[in-house]
Amino acid sequence: MVRFILRRLLQVIPVFIGTTLLVYYMVFALPGDPIAALFGDRQPPQAVIDTLRAQYHLDEPFWVQYGLFLQNLFTFNLGNDFTGQPIAATLARVFPVTAMLAIEALAIQAIFGVAFGVFAGLRRGGWFDSTVLVASLVVIAVPTFVLGFVFQLVFGVQLGWAKPTVGANADWGSLLLPAVVLGLVSFAYVLRLTRASVSENMNADYVRTATAKGLSRPRVVVAHILRNSLIPVVTYLGANLGGLMGGAIVTEGIFNVPGVGNKLYQAVLRTEGPTIVSIVSVLVLVFVVANLLVDLLYAWLDPRIRYDQ
Amino acid sequence: MTTPEINIEETGATGVRPLLEIRDLAITFKTGGGDVQAVRNAHLTIMPGETVAIVGESGSGKSTTALAAIGLLPTNGAVSGGQILLDGEDIAHASEKRMIELRGNTIGMVPQDPMSNLNPVWKIGYQVKETLRANGQPSGPEDIAKVLSEAGLPDAHRRASQYPHEFSGGMRQRALIAIGLSCKPRLLIADEPTSALDVTVQRQILDHLDTMTTELGTAVLLITHDLGLAAERADKVVVMYRGQVVEAGPSLELLRNPRHPYTKRLVESAPSLASRRIQVAKEQGIEASDLLAPAAEAAAADNILQIQDLRKVYKLRSGLGKATDFAAVDGVSFDVKRGTTTAIVGESGSGKSTVAKMVLQLEKPTEGRILFDGVDTSVLKPRELFKFRRRVQPIFQDPYGSLDPMYNIFRTIEEPLRVHKIGDAASREKKVRELLDQVALPQSTMQRYPNELSGGQRQRIAIARALALDPEVIICDEAVSALDVLVQAQVLNLLADLQANLGLTYLFITHDLAVVRQIADHVCVMEKGKLVETGSTDDVFESPQRDYTKALLNAIPGAKLMLPPEVA
Repeated sequence: MVRFILRRLLQVIPVFIGTTLLVYYMVFALPGDPIAALFGDRQPPQAVIDTLRAQYHLDEPFWVQYGLFLQNLFTFNLGNDFTGQPIAATLARVFPVTAMLAIEALAIQAIFGVAFGVFAGLRRGGWFDSTVLVASLVVIAVPTFVLGFVFQLVFGVQLGWAKPTVGANADWGSLLLPAVVLGLVSFAYVLRLTRASVSENMNADYVRTATAKGLSRPRVVVAHILRNSLIPVVTYLGANLGGLMGGAIVTEGIFNVPGVGNKLYQAVLRTEGPTIVSIVSVLVLVFVVANLLVDLLYAWLDPRIRYDQ
Repeated sequence: MTTPEINIEETGATGVRPLLEIRDLAITFKTGGGDVQAVRNAHLTIMPGETVAIVGESGSGKSTTALAAIGLLPTNGAVSGGQILLDGEDIAHASEKRMIELRGNTIGMVPQDPMSNLNPVWKIGYQVKETLRANGQPSGPEDIAKVLSEAGLPDAHRRASQYPHEFSGGMRQRALIAIGLSCKPRLLIADEPTSALDVTVQRQILDHLDTMTTELGTAVLLITHDLGLAAERADKVVVMYRGQVVEAGPSLELLRNPRHPYTKRLVESAPSLASRRIQVAKEQGIEASDLLAPAAEAAAADNILQIQDLRKVYKLRSGLGKATDFAAVDGVSFDVKRGTTTAIVGESGSGKSTVAKMVLQLEKPTEGRILFDGVDTSVLKPRELFKFRRRVQPIFQDPYGSLDPMYNIFRTIEEPLRVHKIGDAASREKKVRELLDQVALPQSTMQRYPNELSGGQRQRIAIARALALDPEVIICDEAVSALDVLVQAQVLNLLADLQANLGLTYLFITHDLAVVRQIADHVCVMEKGKLVETGSTDDVFESPQRDYTKALLNAIPGAKLMLPPEVA
């Protein structure tokens, strides 16, 4: 098992280099001059422009820029962005906010998705199943920005149950409403996945055998239907965590959440190569760790999967 | 079909109340096409400690009747009439709570397929433990090990902490028997408990089940499609046909004196009742050789297939790029004479199917040669190989899987003719009609699709398709093992007739020695990749030389049952 984890962590190196190189090159190839954009309509003296270009190594060829970026990264010095703020400080500010949002959204998906899915799957074709299926289809069909604005208006403004926007000081409570919106779409998928998996496993031979042994219905459901049904759901949730951590540009935008999605969007608009690539680097790590966790959870749920062999 | 009088005997034990009594039971399934009555007027009586077998083909309602007794009918099925009396208490409509009380410690179950009936994500020990706990029995590690070792699992302590996928089929079935009997039920429902297992393992498991239920005084309701097995293991046999009980009585009496026409047919065609079938097989053999006599004499030493030192090695990967060699077939040599049937028998994993695949040129031998009509098949060029395929045709085990569901029957049978560019459209259609006649199917079958046909009909289609190219050799890989006994007998007779008329050579791969006795002239017994015994069918059956062959022969259910000559 330790071997497997080490091997997986070693895989980070090529993945990391590949993604950062690609992203760095794409930013490099973007049209427009970031320094000129910095000054807006004013025309600064050529000397100032040259100094700034030299300071950010924008006058160097691509490979030198990328090399310097890697060098900085390994000395834990991410440098400053074009507004003069240290990038490390920016990352330290935005990632916890997005992490909180992602965890809340994931919890909502997992708990409600699995619970509703199990009930719907056990009574397939019943009224609960039918209602939930139609509702989940609506959630999937309506775009997130519509859902976001509606929730903001209804729960934030009209009913006043939650703060309509999050603002600078994000905490668990204020992030709840955006987390619900962010989690809803995946909630619908988790629900449908669980439902399909449960109703398939219900007819499995081992479930009938478990009943024939004299087990009570709740025990049969929990020990023999639920655990086996969770295997595909866990895979989906794990892949989803990576996506949630990448920040939800639309949701974070609507609720003004100072998270990764917002920051990344601004950085792209300003062609801030170092900021974009720094954020992406952290995201790569998050993705790899999330996938590793899924694999470990997978092996725990299904003993037929063994990674040492 | 008229229902004959059914004699429900309560043999011997007058004054003793039956443990289970099923009266006038009717079971209805709700389906998309309306209600279907799966069981009607079923009667059954089991006295305490007695073993009763229900025999019937698939779809006869035998499993449904047994599942109703433990309250495990599928959700769309329900008891629509009659009574299921357990110790006098009608449990046909008992509450779920009452059924949970009864399951495990009053009625136990051993299910059919050991591969799918253990939950793959829990350790074996845990699956025993939860059974004990649910029925209020002590469930410590010692108790679990005791239950498992009583079911014949060696090294029970260690085994308890393993998962089902680490067990072989036979061991899983032992674990399931352990679970079924762990709470000492008074009635055990055994639903085809060994039909998924090799014949020698089958015998061990059934012997063990017999011993355990006798010791515990457990009554057994045995569900099986094998009349020989039923007669050997049960005190009484109940025969079901199309949802009805057509005959019931003490096992041997029912075998010797079947009254209902269905039971008569079942007794006649039961392959496991070997002592009776031999003569029929011999008669057929004589007829066939009479017909072929001139040709057979002319080509006395005409070996159409010669297998020489055949070897097939697979590399088994064991992680980190290391691979160990596994010889699936190891130094096998035998000859097949033109116009005869040679059977290769062995258990799963013995390499018999691998030999068939190599003869068909679907796998390349690692070493050794296969001579077809004197020509080494390994050096055939693509064009010659194409011609070779025309002369050697396969029939596979699963008629559900080997026919393309998107092709109608005409297209299925016509395809090989088209591929080999034989004749024009009109002559090909004529040929297909002839082939359908040969396999005794109406010509109207041409327009139908495989899913509209029964298993036996599909296997006839597979035979017709194999015959389309007028091959000389047909390789039958478990060609009848997926079929019910009556259908199996029909297909075997058809194959024998075709051989007599067309002078075909068969290479018959099977695990079922009873089938071998009916069809084969020569037998090759394989064990773990090696050929351990070979000879004429009569020699091998009458005086087997190797212990392995003896074990295989002894394991045929019903082999020891002697029937009086008038039935034979």
